[in-house]
Amino acid sequence: MEKNRVLLKFHSMTAKKAGLVSCHRCHLLSKLSSRKGKCPRCGAIIRSRKPESIARTWALIIAACIFYIPANILPVTYTTSIGMVQPDTIMSGVIYFIHSGSWPVALIIFIASVFVPLLKLLILIILLLSVQFRWQWRPVDRTRLYHLTEAIGRWSMLDIFVITVLVALVHLGALANIAAGQGALFFAIVVVITMFAAESFDPRLIWDNIENTDD
Amino acid sequence: MTEHLIACHACDLLHRVGDVPLGGSACCSRCGTPLYRPKRDSINRSLAFTMAGVIFYLIANTHPFLGFQIGSQLRETTLATGIFQLYQQDMFIIATLVLFTVVIVPAIHLLSMLYILVPLRAKMTPTFLAPVFRLYLMLKPWGMLEIFMLGILVSAIKLVKMATIIPGVALFAFMALIFVLSAMTVTLDEHLIWKKTEYS
Ligand SMILES: [Zn+2]
Ligand SMILES: [Zn+2]
Repeated sequence: MEKNRVLLKFHSMTAKKAGLVSCHRCHLLSKLSSRKGKCPRCGAIIRSRKPESIARTWALIIAACIFYIPANILPVTYTTSIGMVQPDTIMSGVIYFIHSGSWPVALIIFIASVFVPLLKLLILIILLLSVQFRWQWRPVDRTRLYHLTEAIGRWSMLDIFVITVLVALVHLGALANIAAGQGALFFAIVVVITMFAAESFDPRLIWDNIENTDD
Repeated sequence: MTEHLIACHACDLLHRVGDVPLGGSACCSRCGTPLYRPKRDSINRSLAFTMAGVIFYLIANTHPFLGFQIGSQLRETTLATGIFQLYQQDMFIIATLVLFTVVIVPAIHLLSMLYILVPLRAKMTPTFLAPVFRLYLMLKPWGMLEIFMLGILVSAIKLVKMATIIPGVALFAFMALIFVLSAMTVTLDEHLIWKKTEYS
């Protein structure tokens, strides 16, 4: 647990019910006057809830799921050594590390490239369904799950960076050469799309449903 | 009345802004999300880390981070040649993504902090404080130096059986830069910076 954690005194009302909007960048509260108003302090566009949050997040999740297939089937690297070309996918890269005995590295790549993207998509789908079907189930834990997806998503970029370094270093002609494959491109797209998907989901929708059943 | 209120970013519940000890964090009483964290001597400390960051950034981007040797053939790679290599292979999107997350975003972070903190330290308010700080916050999740560092380590382990791997100067500059950048973020009091915009 974090030290010096202070729980603030709260009002029994959300900003939305009080006719106020909280700026998503600087968190200043201002009155909800015009529809597309700007924050008086930082100039960001302020909205009570993220626009079309559910539809946008679904669209991005479906796109990510589609791109995830070629990302795993197509080779991410082509390794040439002494004239032989060997294509590698994300999974065959993980298996290579298991066979060569460095299973901690295999585990790191597996978590970053396979486990994290799938977990993130799964959590976002559960959150979307929970909001759409107005589940009352554990809102605190669902908010935590949301913060988790925000925090872990970027780590999927690991494999892209590994490929970049390999391509940059191993460039000795026919003796040893590593080139990037199309799979890497699709995988990079998946990582970027899921980051935008997490950003477009509005966790306040979880709580809006809880309140609406009170009255 | 709105000046003394804050809404939770994750659940929208209104809270009364209360006193929080320096180094502590004020959290939402309903969902637990941290809302603000007052920092001790924030401007001086963040500025010190920013200036150190600029030096490490310049070293990290101009020196080779890994050397790769098979027999008599030695290949040293800087960040720029690595990204250039990807562009040459027509991996345009990946090259741009790496360039953005490892080179451009950290540079914008350091420059925007300099732009904001140097005048604030001299008790002045920079003209474009609000848009610059907004850009800084917007790009925060896209700075991926620490992930890139892990990527370098994984590739080194992969290549160590093929060839001799020689760690370069930039590798150590990278490690220092990651530490300094996260220290810069941790010591920065975002709430305080936004307060400075109100009286300009
Ligand atoms: Zn604002
Ligand atoms: Zn909350």
